[in-house]
Amino acid sequence: MEITDAICSFCGSLCDDLTVKVEDNKIVDVRRACRLGAGKMLGHERINSPMIRNEAGKLEEVSSDSAIDRASQILLHAKRPLLYGWASTSCEAQSKGILLGEILGAVVDSTASVCHGPTTLGVQEKGLPTASLGQIKNRADLIIFWGCNPIHAHPRHMSRYSGYLPGFFLDRGRQNRKFVTVDVRMTETAAISDEFLQIEQGSDYVVLSSLRAIINGKGDLVPDVVGGVSKEELMHLSDMMRSCRFGAFFFGMGLTQSKAKYKNIDCALSLTNDLNTRTKFVITPLRGHYNVTGFGQVCSWQTGFPAVDLSRGAPYYNPGEMSANDLLMRDEVDASLVVASDPAAHFPNASVRNLAKSPLIQIDPYANATTEIADVVIPTAIVGVETEGTAYRMDGLSLRLRKLVDSDYPSDEEILDKIIKKVSRNGDVC
Amino acid sequence: MSELLIKNGRVFDPINSINGDIMDIAIKNGKIVDDVSLSPNTKVIDASSMIVMPGGVDAHSHIAGSKVNSGRIMRPDDGRSGIEKRTKITRPCSGYTVPNTFAMGYRYAKLGYTTVFEAAIPILHARHTHEEFGDIPIIDKGGLVLFGSNWQVMEAVRENDIEKLAAYVAWGLSASRGYGVKIVNPGGGEAWGFGKNVSGLHDTVPNFDVTPAEIITSLAKANEMLHLPHSIHLHCNLLGTPGNYKTTIETMKLLEHIKPGMDRQVVHITHLTFNAWGGTNWGDFESKADAVADYLNQHDHVTVDMGQLIFGNATTMTADGPMQYANARLLNARWTNGDVELEDASGVVPLSYIRKMYIHDIMWAVGLEVALLTRNPWQVLLTTDHPNGGPFVNYPEVIALLMSAQKREEEMLKLSNKMRDRTTLSGIERELDWYDIAIKTRASHAKILGLTDHGKGHLGAGADADVTIYHINPDRVDAGREHATVKKAFEKPAYTIKDGEVVAMNGEITATPAGRTFWVNASVPEEHNTRLMRDLRLKFRKYYSINLANYMVQDNYVKHPVVIKAGGS
Repeated sequence: MEITDAICSFCGSLCDDLTVKVEDNKIVDVRRACRLGAGKMLGHERINSPMIRNEAGKLEEVSSDSAIDRASQILLHAKRPLLYGWASTSCEAQSKGILLGEILGAVVDSTASVCHGPTTLGVQEKGLPTASLGQIKNRADLIIFWGCNPIHAHPRHMSRYSGYLPGFFLDRGRQNRKFVTVDVRMTETAAISDEFLQIEQGSDYVVLSSLRAIINGKGDLVPDVVGGVSKEELMHLSDMMRSCRFGAFFFGMGLTQSKAKYKNIDCALSLTNDLNTRTKFVITPLRGHYNVTGFGQVCSWQTGFPAVDLSRGAPYYNPGEMSANDLLMRDEVDASLVVASDPAAHFPNASVRNLAKSPLIQIDPYANATTEIADVVIPTAIVGVETEGTAYRMDGLSLRLRKLVDSDYPSDEEILDKIIKKVSRNGDVC
Repeated sequence: MSELLIKNGRVFDPINSINGDIMDIAIKNGKIVDDVSLSPNTKVIDASSMIVMPGGVDAHSHIAGSKVNSGRIMRPDDGRSGIEKRTKITRPCSGYTVPNTFAMGYRYAKLGYTTVFEAAIPILHARHTHEEFGDIPIIDKGGLVLFGSNWQVMEAVRENDIEKLAAYVAWGLSASRGYGVKIVNPGGGEAWGFGKNVSGLHDTVPNFDVTPAEIITSLAKANEMLHLPHSIHLHCNLLGTPGNYKTTIETMKLLEHIKPGMDRQVVHITHLTFNAWGGTNWGDFESKADAVADYLNQHDHVTVDMGQLIFGNATTMTADGPMQYANARLLNARWTNGDVELEDASGVVPLSYIRKMYIHDIMWAVGLEVALLTRNPWQVLLTTDHPNGGPFVNYPEVIALLMSAQKREEEMLKLSNKMRDRTTLSGIERELDWYDIAIKTRASHAKILGLTDHGKGHLGAGADADVTIYHINPDRVDAGREHATVKKAFEKPAYTIKDGEVVAMNGEITATPAGRTFWVNASVPEEHNTRLMRDLRLKFRKYYSINLANYMVQDNYVKHPVVIKAGGS
């Protein structure tokens, strides 16, 4: 059986043009996907069974009911539970997560807080002048990649949205467009760009500010060298920006997680805003996990905020105080539920130590570093492969991921629903 | 919930010409019934000395979808201003101008509204709108779909192929599970793709060789060819620009000779607060609401809504991308932009309307002038273009202003003198009555949307049992003088009843059923569909960033649909 128009649930590009060959309920071939996407869809090692860590400290296989029972008990008895992750699951599961958070009075936070969280903070300062990826494909004659390397992280981004394909107004595709990469090191993306600006580590803010100064007619204030780049190069880049018909600025964690963090984003957003007095310019964060954008969307429409502390019974949001790492660093969390992510591999050591100290429940199709410190492990179906669900592409486009094969695993949504039923009081909204 | 009797209320049901009669309203299985002899255990609500109206209907509000959520994402400051805790039956709430989805449903219900239409859905993003609809409790919903800068539309207009255009409109409504045709700054969204705008009705849209006037008239013809329940719903060109009243009136004139395919207006022109402006710049800015009202008084093919300005915080959100960039630069405000490939643009800009800033004062007057100077109450809907003019929770304030010349005078004392000089408001003595208010807050909304035959906006037998009971005695209260009492009564209806179930009482939510979603399924002759699909397949292959197979809103997202059939002859 061949399934066409399948959507890849690997990265935030959500390529929706895959053809998947299924034989005996097994995916045997994936066409058009990149190696990352195909690798996920063709399958690799999974968690076999629900597990609970026994007194000897070993994970021991148990029934699904026992695992859900134990998970519910842990959460019910926690005073400061943290529900974290959510980047690689469906909006439907994220929605259940927020409801669970309400019932428990928990903090609900996503992987964005260690990734594109600063992007959201920048947007709160300046707004987000953006466009759908198809708009960029059809119109952009200048594409800037800043602090990102899509060739590795989003392998089909350039061939689908940001460069190679012809668009309505650019019938020769790549030949009609100029690529500029700004990064601290030579990357594969930089290597195929028309221009590469190698800036010093941590100088993004000053370089962006200098470009703003030049574009706003204050170029004489810019020193001869900024962030290791000559003023001539900056003048040249700002000329390119001003003279294009439609510019698109893509950025990654090189901008969000380097020195100055959200101020970098604030500055890039302001630069984009300024450029629109002269031409058309848009800016789009290259979001990593396939539905990390979706969590920001769902949490915002359900609670008003992109992450939320529900311990007061009402939404409370104060990043820097209630984000996952703030709580863990202060050793406030006394139980955690990690869904579809791997904080043990990505959080600072001190956070992980505190995470490991109290009971930890993991819901995930795959084993990862977090499994090693989990007390209850519940394996689930892979969204977009074994179960359907909604995900948001990096530009905020909602898509319905397909189910390609049957699975015995329950979905994240089903597991969360069972936990919700166990922890909620009779008659309460759930 | 099977039976309910509302006894002895003063009923205002304009669609059935009931003007304050003392009547009983009987409800059975979610519908209004004629037979008031219900079974002995029927629940009875004593509504004596209270006003009974059909549930409120809002034909133009921005309640769900990518624009609204962009507003939430960029405005945690707004989120913090409307915090309410979770209760046994309600989810937690946040926000004032951009409330979370739960608050959206609860607050409308607490205000006596039971049906609300989202005013701008790009087809590409319709799935998102329906996801949010699914999380808005209680109220029934529907959505207007953006067609005004759409490539397929402009190509059909250029070819003067109204049949193919109608086929696309039908397809677009089906793809988005949408209800009607919205046009925002026609052609401007496309021009904004390269940072430009169109300068008026007869300017040419770059690269497409059509004019806004042609887009509007062609879409109106297609709309009537399809016999859609609602007319085209239009946000005029040059909105937000001094002197734009001329374009607004010229737009109305364009459509004088189009024959409606249904018993209703040919065009609904929205939020007049922003496009009945005179002057040539911000210095000589003045109201021209009188000129627009004059036109409305002589023509019945147009309906409008106020889009009333409310002093304080607003979040402006519209598909009018170029206007929003101009706004953001003018005010040095945060700016979110969202171009939608092949379809339209959009922008979101938070702002505050400030008393004594004469431009805002004049805008405040414009909405009221349009409503008060237009003689036919059915022609002007009460809206705030939520949250552009201000949040919908302020409707009671607008009701009180419309019912009381004294309140208007009291308000004007707080405003600049320029407002008095450059508007006609201080000379207007008209005070609307309860019947007028029932028209402007429900009956006319339902009629304009084409929903009266589908059970909305009235209390005739067979209508949906959506009823609001207000704690105010029209015999005792002189609305002109006791405007504070009026405002209070409309802020907290005694009962909001949805499908026969009491969903809110005195400002508290009592039940949270899921609402339905109206959408229009219009059929067109197969030959036109075939021609259309040839075009669309090419567009998806070459220009869209997703495949056709993943584009249409799947049924999973519309859990309680009401499908209204249209099309054919």
